[in-house]
Amino acid sequence: MRGENLALGATGLAAFLALGEAVPRLGLVKEAYFPPTSRIAGALGDELADSAFWTALGDTLTGWAIGLAIAVGAGIAAGVLLSVVPHLRAATASTIEFLRPIPSVALIPLAVLLYGTELRSVLLLVVYASFWQILVQVLYGVQDVDPVAEETARSYGLGTWARVRHVLWPTALPYVMTGVRLAAAVALILAVTAELVIGAPGLGARIAVAQTSQAVPEMYALIVVTGVLGLLINVGARTVERRALAWHQSVRGEVAV
Amino acid sequence: MTHVPLVKGRSMHALLDVSGLRKVYEGSGRRVEAVRDLTFTVDEGELVCLVGPSGCGKTTLLKCMGGLLAPTSGAVLLEGKRVTGPPPGMAFVFQEYGRSLFPWKRVGENVELPLRQKGLDRARRRELVADALASVGLADAAGAYPWQLSGGMQQRVAIARALAYEPRVLLMDEPFAAVDAQTRADLEDLVRGLWRERGITILFVTHDIDEAVYLGERVLVLSASPTVVQEQLTVDLPRERDQLHTRVAPRFAELRTHVYEQIQAAKRGPAQEGPARLRDEPRDEPLRKVTGAGS
Repeated sequence: MRGENLALGATGLAAFLALGEAVPRLGLVKEAYFPPTSRIAGALGDELADSAFWTALGDTLTGWAIGLAIAVGAGIAAGVLLSVVPHLRAATASTIEFLRPIPSVALIPLAVLLYGTELRSVLLLVVYASFWQILVQVLYGVQDVDPVAEETARSYGLGTWARVRHVLWPTALPYVMTGVRLAAAVALILAVTAELVIGAPGLGARIAVAQTSQAVPEMYALIVVTGVLGLLINVGARTVERRALAWHQSVRGEVAV
Repeated sequence: MTHVPLVKGRSMHALLDVSGLRKVYEGSGRRVEAVRDLTFTVDEGELVCLVGPSGCGKTTLLKCMGGLLAPTSGAVLLEGKRVTGPPPGMAFVFQEYGRSLFPWKRVGENVELPLRQKGLDRARRRELVADALASVGLADAAGAYPWQLSGGMQQRVAIARALAYEPRVLLMDEPFAAVDAQTRADLEDLVRGLWRERGITILFVTHDIDEAVYLGERVLVLSASPTVVQEQLTVDLPRERDQLHTRVAPRFAELRTHVYEQIQAAKRGPAQEGPARLRDEPRDEPLRKVTGAGS
């Protein structure tokens, strides 16, 4: 089954690439705006040979990773704090519901005002977008604590901190993992967006340069790179999830007893 | 005619002393009196079964005793000290073993966690975990996850966790209600065996009359909610009990019938004489009471 799925997936991708090659060649779309697959592949090869590309990739990944790390740390800390301190959650709920839907890109003018084209501009947008993903998942996860598990912990004299560590945190972990996976994807989108719009160094800025200099195949090649990056990030996040949650029902599946 | 000895005038220095316990739940405009007035004692080393009709507040009572719930009025004393939070000398075994064991920890870690909280050193913890798992017959299971075990084995792990904690009192809340009949019989014998070997005081809550009579040295029959003690009786079966012979003994049948009648009476309403405060009565009264129809 697995091999069959893999073969089907490969066939689908090959067909898609072939279509990308054929459509411009047949003149169905203008080749100037939509170069055939082979030219994009050629441009990608050139990019990979260019050290400036690797610097840009490094900048994007730096912004992504630092931003995501800050968002995960802050989101978890805030989520646990809001849940553990009585009444805090109720007091902050309306504020969170107000702040959360603000699109991160709406903060671009603010970021430019504060930090110009520095890395910190990117971080502001990345952190703002991914923080809510984590926070909301942590809040849900913490609510999921089983009252029996909680009572067991209390009956064995586990204090607040021990209960957070041994009951609340493992219960919330599957939710946190989902939050991290979502946040990792959002963080990449925002990192590239910030570079593209603000001009902070990175793949986004490189895409903008390719566009303004009419280097259309290069532009597509860079877009492909961002797509592959997103794919790898998702696969990586899922692997981490499976390892960390080996005990969880969603991962372990049915166990024959 | 059935003779059932009633328990009266217990010693002044009970290990557990429940007096005038009352618990009223209030919330969303509803006021539910789960437990009205419970008074009884449990002596050191006793195995007492609490049995009552379903929904009679047995779990509420046990949680109040374990310090997990604050009573509305009345008090629970453990060794003369008022219980205000979970006391270190008590361990709890819940009915829902699947939710009470932590699925993210291995069996050994589950048993060890409370010991770490107690601040015991590593060698002592290891010793206690191994000993507790061995005495429930799961010496090899330390490295498994709870969800890899059968229901009966999971409840054994929960019992091992309680044993390793070295409690003075073991509170068991319908621990075998969710396992199949054969496993249940094994677990009942396990509990009696552990009680005899280790001399722990056990308070065992059940809705199963046969289980209460088979296990207990004393049975407290609770009334329907709002709960009072309907009756207390001593189970004068031999200490050596086994599933095959004890359960068909005439005495077992008599006791079981008596408890059954009491439960039926309890369902109809609280005991007419009001809450049983038997321990306050003079000690020299005759310890026998004649019940049952006929003759």
